[in-house]
Order: sequence, then structure tokens, then C-alpha cells
Amino acid sequence: MDGDIRNNSYDDGTQDKLTGEQRIRNFNINFGPQHPAAHGVLRLVLELDGEIVERCDPHIGLLHRGTEKLMESRTYLQNLPYFDRLDYVAPMNQEHAWCLAIERLTGTVIPRRASLIRVLFCEIGRVLNHILNTTTQAMDVGALTPPLWGFEEREKLMVFYERASGARLHAAYFRPGGVHQDLTPQLIEDIDRWADEFQRVLDDLHGLLTENRIFKQRNVNIGIINEQDVQDWGFSGVMARGSGLAWDLRRSQPYECYDEFDFKIPVGKNGDCYDRYLCRMAEMEESTKIIKQCVAKLRVEKGDILARGKITPPSRGDMKTSMEALIHHFKLYTEGFHVPDGEVYASVEAPKGEFGVYLVADGSNKPYRAKIRAPGFLHLQALDYMCRGHQLADVSAIIGTMDIVFGEVDR
Amino acid sequence: MSDALNALGAAIAAKHAVTPSIAFGELSLKVALADIVAVMAHLKEDAACRFTSLVDITAVDHPEGETRFTVVYHLLSMYQNHRVRLKVAVGEADMVPSIISVHPSANWFEREVFDMFGILFSGHPDLRRILTDYGFRGHPLRKDFPTTGYTEVRYDEVQKRVVYEPVKLVQEYRQFDFMSPWEGAQYILPGDEKKA
Repeated sequence: MDGDIRNNSYDDGTQDKLTGEQRIRNFNINFGPQHPAAHGVLRLVLELDGEIVERCDPHIGLLHRGTEKLMESRTYLQNLPYFDRLDYVAPMNQEHAWCLAIERLTGTVIPRRASLIRVLFCEIGRVLNHILNTTTQAMDVGALTPPLWGFEEREKLMVFYERASGARLHAAYFRPGGVHQDLTPQLIEDIDRWADEFQRVLDDLHGLLTENRIFKQRNVNIGIINEQDVQDWGFSGVMARGSGLAWDLRRSQPYECYDEFDFKIPVGKNGDCYDRYLCRMAEMEESTKIIKQCVAKLRVEKGDILARGKITPPSRGDMKTSMEALIHHFKLYTEGFHVPDGEVYASVEAPKGEFGVYLVADGSNKPYRAKIRAPGFLHLQALDYMCRGHQLADVSAIIGTMDIVFGEVDR
Repeated sequence: MSDALNALGAAIAAKHAVTPSIAFGELSLKVALADIVAVMAHLKEDAACRFTSLVDITAVDHPEGETRFTVVYHLLSMYQNHRVRLKVAVGEADMVPSIISVHPSANWFEREVFDMFGILFSGHPDLRRILTDYGFRGHPLRKDFPTTGYTEVRYDEVQKRVVYEPVKLVQEYRQFDFMSPWEGAQYILPGDEKKA
């Protein structure tokens, strides 16, 4: 078939005979890898029947950097910054999983202040991620204003990242045994003030999108998944909660000190793109509540932010006065620390879903094998299942609702 | 916590030939290669287990081991709120039965394990490479695959296209060795030959 759809007639009155297959021809198109709605470098091979998607074959790996291979030849501490580069929309949540894995293998208990700071920045990460996702989802379906408004808030949050760690994006702030540096009292106050003002921004976004006719037409009843689909395709995070499953690792398998915070877990009813959008908006409100509680606790809770020991550096003061501390500092940043034999799977509720690290340690200073389990990988896998029977234009809405970031999918 | 895991491990071991063990608060089961699909289906259906959600499939390469690879499955039950890890020893020539019939989400994980380790899955509908380049050769996460790889790409101004070339490094890729002589380093440092 060369795409010839003419039906030739001949002198004797006969016409070309066409088989059924020739008459109805599906159309194959290439979506991406450079498509603004692909959220990165996603290449889709779509088989279309008219405007209906018949089959969708995602080609991933265009951003594959071999993180897991690289990690095998670097020390545990050197590997930490790779986690910022996975889901670069909410970097600290990834570092968290890596730190938890190491802490469980070494049996380190981190100080309470460090734990609170981690929760605080994990929730800031969640807000960062959800602002990006809800507003770019709106952009995918045609609205331009929401991302402009939302990104302003993201900018403020990234300033908090910068004031805590020195970097806006690739923070490397969570360290095995705690966090890198303490927060200044001023920063804590500023975060508190931001949390007060943020509700107004959320209301604005609600005003722009929630009852917006076009936004609803493009999202309601699109990409419906039920509870069985969630199980079959291994969904987690908002993808599971949007379908009515109240599953959140912060609540069901609490890590850090999430069990002492008061927050609700929003769930959807219909499991469509619109419910997932509403879930994300509600989650931002809950995150703001956690941030407020964190700030209140941090004001009273003073103390160290690193569990001083083999896997953490000595304090600056010790280093200047104690020879042993100086040697320890030198050894830690050259050789790194050794992690005892064993294997562990540590997972966190990242904004996109369950982010996990399977770490196999062999007693040396480098991981023998580290597998990064990214939620987006499973979500994207189900794209074929979710897109079938939908219109071509819905593909971008579905990709948007899945919250795909290629840093973590391709690793 | 650990009592519940012990009981769960014993209950599974009573039905299938698996070896349960608990470390760091996690239950792992050693499963024989031939049993994996049956055990997986049991874990999914059994009311006490209900491991309906597949979290992860990966592999670990042990070039010196008796069997070269270990394929590792992680399962989660959102209903019973527990996790389990399944480990299967796989030789270099072995085919692993695909578990897509039990968990459809295994599809891409198995493709990834094939891509990264070269482990074949029997019964997989579409065992293509997934993360590496089109036309890539070798399996990067095997321990004998160099971190630098074998080929590099650049844009050729004359041919007006991207060309593949063997890797040329200005400086050798540095693999630091931190093993100190007190820990039984196996090599002899230059200048120390006489003592040895």
C-alpha cells in the first residue's frame, strides 16, 4: 500500500477491485520526540482510525543516562545528587528514598529536627510538583494563563530550596543521617508566611480552571481507570487515589515522622482526568497544612540536624579542634562510608506516586546494585491501555494527567 | 510487625516450595525458577496475601556466583498493607517464565530486565529493548559491561548526520579503589614488589 486511494476506472467499464483492507486504512503517526505536549522526550507511534487511537506504542529511553550503572562505580554520598536528576520537578523527594534506604541498612536514627525539615521540604516538593502538573495539564488542553500564574509560586518555592541548600533545583540537601545544613529562623518564618498566602493562589487557580467549560470538556470522562486497572497496571499516588483508592504511603506505611501530622487524603470518585486534577489541587491544600504544622514544630524543636557518626561529617567546630574529627571528615569525603551487607527496598510517597529504591549493598563503600523504581514508568506503560478508543487530542490530556517526567522514566 | 511477616512467610511456605527470610523488616522468598508463575498467581489470589500490585522487577548480576543472575520481584498488597520480595536464581542460559498473565504491568519491567541484563523471558509478547538506543548491542547492567560503553555518537558535519564511533577517551575512565592494605587488598603497589 502506497497510500493510493484513487479508484481507477477502465475503458471497458471495469473498476479496480479493492479488498476490505485496502478500503479502510489505518493511519500511523509519530508523536514526538519533540512535541510540546509530550512533557519531555517521549516518542509515540500511534495507530489511528480516523481520529480514534487504535494502538499506542510509547518509545522511551531517549533520556536514558544509565544512572543505575553509574551508581555502581560511585560512593553512596556521590550517588545522592543523581536522585535530584530523576524527577527534576520535585528533587528532594527522590533523595529521601535514597537516604531512607541507607539509613535502614546502617541502622541510623536521624535527629528529630532533621526529620521535621525533611517532611517540610518533601511537602514543598509536592506543591512544586502539583503546581507544575495541574497548570501544564491546563496548557496541554489549551489554557496559557495557569502556568504563568503557577510558575510564579514555583519560583518562590525554589527560592526556599536555594536558601536551604544553595541550589534552586539540584539540591543534594537530604543526606544519609539527616539534612545537610540547618534552616535559619528567618527562612522558617518566610515559609510560614508563604503558606498563609498560598491559599489565595490556589483559589485563583481554582477560579481559572475548576469550573472552566473548556477545561472540563477536555478532562471529564477522559482516561477513566477503575480500581482493577490500578492494581493490574501497578498505579500509585494520585493515579490510584483519583479512582477512589485511599492509598498513601505517608498514611499506610508511615516513614519519617508523618504519623504525627494531621492531614487528609483526598480521593476521586470517577477516576477520570478531572478527578485527578481535583485530587492534586486538594493535595496542595493538605501539603500546606503539613507545612504549617512543620513550621510550628520547628520553632520549638532545636537541636542537631545530622546523626553524628560514621556516615555523617563531624561538625565544623569539632573539625577545627579534634584531629580524629578531621581524619573522619577527610575519609568520609574521599573514601565514603561503608554500608553493611544486605538488601533493602525503601519507598516514599513522591508527588507522582510510589518512588522506591532497591539497594543491594556488599559491605563496600559503593552500592553493588541500586534499582530505581519510578512511578512514571508504570503509568506510562498503561498509556496504550488508557488511550485506546480515545481521540487523538485526548492523548495529550492523558499524558498530562499521568504526570510523566522523563528524568525518572528513562533514568 | 515481624511476627505477622513470619506467619505470612510460613503460610506461603506451607503451600509452595519457597524459602522465607526476614531482614530489615522485609519478607523475602526464594523461589525456584519453574514455580514463579504459580507462586505469583497464588500470592495474588490468596485472601491472606492479596499481593495484587506489582511494584518492581529487576535483576542483580553476580558474575562469580553459582547462578549468574538473581531476578527480584517486589509485590505490594494495598488491601492487606504488606510487601514481599521474591528472588529467583537464574543461570545465563535460563529462560524466565513471563508473569504477564498474572500482572500485566510486568510487560515493561521484563523488557527492561532483558535490555539491561540479557535475561530472556518466555511467553513475553513483545520482548524488545526499551531504554537503550535503537540498534544498541550488549547489556549495560551486566558487571562485565564497561561503564563507558563501546560506542559514542557525534554529529558529522561532512555526512550531515549523526555517526556512531568506537569510544575514544582522552583519559582512561577512573575507577577508584578504596580498599586499604589492612583490609586485604589483592594488588601490590609499585615499589612494594620486593616485600611480596
